Amino acid sequence: MSNNFDLFDILIGKQNDSDYKKKPVIIQGITGSFGSTHTRLMKAYGTNIIAGVTPGKGGQRFEDIPVFDSVKDAIRKTGAKISGMFVPAPYFLDAALEAIDNGIKLLIAIPEHVPIRDSIKVYEYAKSAGARMIGPNTPGVIVPQVMKVGIMPGSPFKEGSTVVFSRSGTLMYEVSYHLTQAGFGQKLCLGIGGDPINGTNLIEALDMVRHRNDVESAVIVGEIGGDAEERLADYLIETRFSKPVVAYIAGMSAPKEKRMGHAGAIIYGSYGSAESKVKHFAKAGVAVAKSPAQIPKMLANRTH
Amino acid sequence: MRLFEYQGKDLFSQYGIRIPTSYVAESLEEARKSASKLGYPVVLKSQLSVGGRGKAGAILKCNNEGELAGKFSYLLTKAVNGELPRGILVEEMVEIKKEFYLSLFLDRTKRSYSLLVSTEGGIDIEKAGNKTILNVPIDGISNQDAEDLGLQLGMSGNLLISFEDFAIKLSKLMVEKEAELAEVNPAALLNDGSLIALDAKVIIDDNSLFRHPELRKFQHVSELESQAEKSGFSLVELEGDIAIIGNGAGLVMSTLDMVSEAGGKAGAFLDFGGSATTQTIYEAIKVISKIKRIEAVVVNLFGGIVKTNLVAQAIVDAYKNNLINVPVFARISGAESDRAKDLLMGSQAKLFDSIEDAITSAVDTVKED
Repeated sequence: MSNNFDLFDILIGKQNDSDYKKKPVIIQGITGSFGSTHTRLMKAYGTNIIAGVTPGKGGQRFEDIPVFDSVKDAIRKTGAKISGMFVPAPYFLDAALEAIDNGIKLLIAIPEHVPIRDSIKVYEYAKSAGARMIGPNTPGVIVPQVMKVGIMPGSPFKEGSTVVFSRSGTLMYEVSYHLTQAGFGQKLCLGIGGDPINGTNLIEALDMVRHRNDVESAVIVGEIGGDAEERLADYLIETRFSKPVVAYIAGMSAPKEKRMGHAGAIIYGSYGSAESKVKHFAKAGVAVAKSPAQIPKMLANRTH
Repeated sequence: MRLFEYQGKDLFSQYGIRIPTSYVAESLEEARKSASKLGYPVVLKSQLSVGGRGKAGAILKCNNEGELAGKFSYLLTKAVNGELPRGILVEEMVEIKKEFYLSLFLDRTKRSYSLLVSTEGGIDIEKAGNKTILNVPIDGISNQDAEDLGLQLGMSGNLLISFEDFAIKLSKLMVEKEAELAEVNPAALLNDGSLIALDAKVIIDDNSLFRHPELRKFQHVSELESQAEKSGFSLVELEGDIAIIGNGAGLVMSTLDMVSEAGGKAGAFLDFGGSATTQTIYEAIKVISKIKRIEAVVVNLFGGIVKTNLVAQAIVDAYKNNLINVPVFARISGAESDRAKDLLMGSQAKLFDSIEDAITSAVDTVKED
């Protein structure tokens, strides 16, 4: 696993950077209804959106943000390394490859329904170019009270020292809301994505923050399907991760062989079952909550 | 989209993979005609979209016409994991020398594809011996890789050639049709040294269907599911009496779990996605209203961006238009929740501050009936 990708470095930078906490972000698909709505909200939250891309709409402005025909034009003057991708799934592959070709290092891939083969291609291409994709089918990332790239509301989140990694969007908001209410602010909340293929998986997400002194604990919101949680549990054991971790798994009562809303949320035989995930987490000493509301209590038990 | 066996075999034969001759029969008359065309004995196989068919006894050998009527109607009315078959495949019986297992599948952890082969086919793959797994690049398996794999498994001569050919064709199918899974269990070696696919389990990536109009004919969604899909909802019908509506798959799953934990039984899972307007919620209730066994609706909506009063308006409209007459138990957090509460006052819908309270109330109400 790669340890050399510092998410915070890219998202907010270092304290003596001239653009600390104001790193430039471009939005691909800025003029679409989805992209435009959320561009407004991200900007209001504090994200430094410096350019947008919509092929054929170059030269326009949206909310005072210049719109370009291509990623190349959009980053020429700004040097942006982050792209929030709001393009529809059928166009995602081309847009992502274009972004990587032009020097984007962090792709935050919002669209749902991206074909699996396209996700794999982007993942492989990003890897070869030293870039990273978060998603697809992710609500995005938020550094509470600093910036966000994604579709999450700002209100459930508050600055603090836990991190939330979630395979589900709304559950990430729900869990963060409960954490915030209980006094556990968040350093970072990141949506892994609800698809079978994740550009950044749970292990890689944890790796990006494991050595940070300002991160004291982690909350994992998993769900049925695949074995990302099992792998993470094994990894916690192998690497002797010492910070408190609390998990929640959605889909304990879900039937087999039914896709539960997310493309990735499906159980085949015992592969992907909630029981398997809970068992692995228990082995790794991770407390598994029975409902989102229980998470803060369990975290409190482990941090005090 | 999981294809039925006969659909998977249709694809196999398009790619030159040998399959036994077979016909789908929906009536005894059709089965009789097919069987006499093939000549006895034949194999009768339930066409299902769930696994576990063999273990459940939904594959039967039929030795003569005298056995056909009994066995055919037995299978046609036999549910496996709650599902009735969509027809019975009447298939020629082939003479088998040896069975193999081949599976090309999406490996989520590796974020690529893999080919799993065992020289012990026809059984549970987890228990099979002599297994080999091969990484498959995104553009498919190469001749060299297929040959090496065969050699590793101890194949030689005609079998090796047949195996290589079979694996390449299966891989081509997986790549071109964007399958998440193309499994053959078993592939059988015939006396003439060729391999034949006795079963076909193919799952196509739903999200790639916009590139595959030719596969649309294989879609088998219920009228209700298709209505939900048109509105952009994810719907899963379940066996209980409480419908669960919410925004976000994870949240709805979580609500499902809490209902089950509280002693209730979910009858529907409906995720209406990110756009919670009055119209989408109304459409969601409309879909739910078609499921007759539903006695209560739990709405779990995490707002923020969503304006909750718009959701409340949809519920009010649904009662007004007699779309539903069962109680709604709603937890709607987000902007304008006070206005939402005012709107729902005096209706059969109750608003709760916590989802736990909404669920407890819903489960109690359903139990009282």
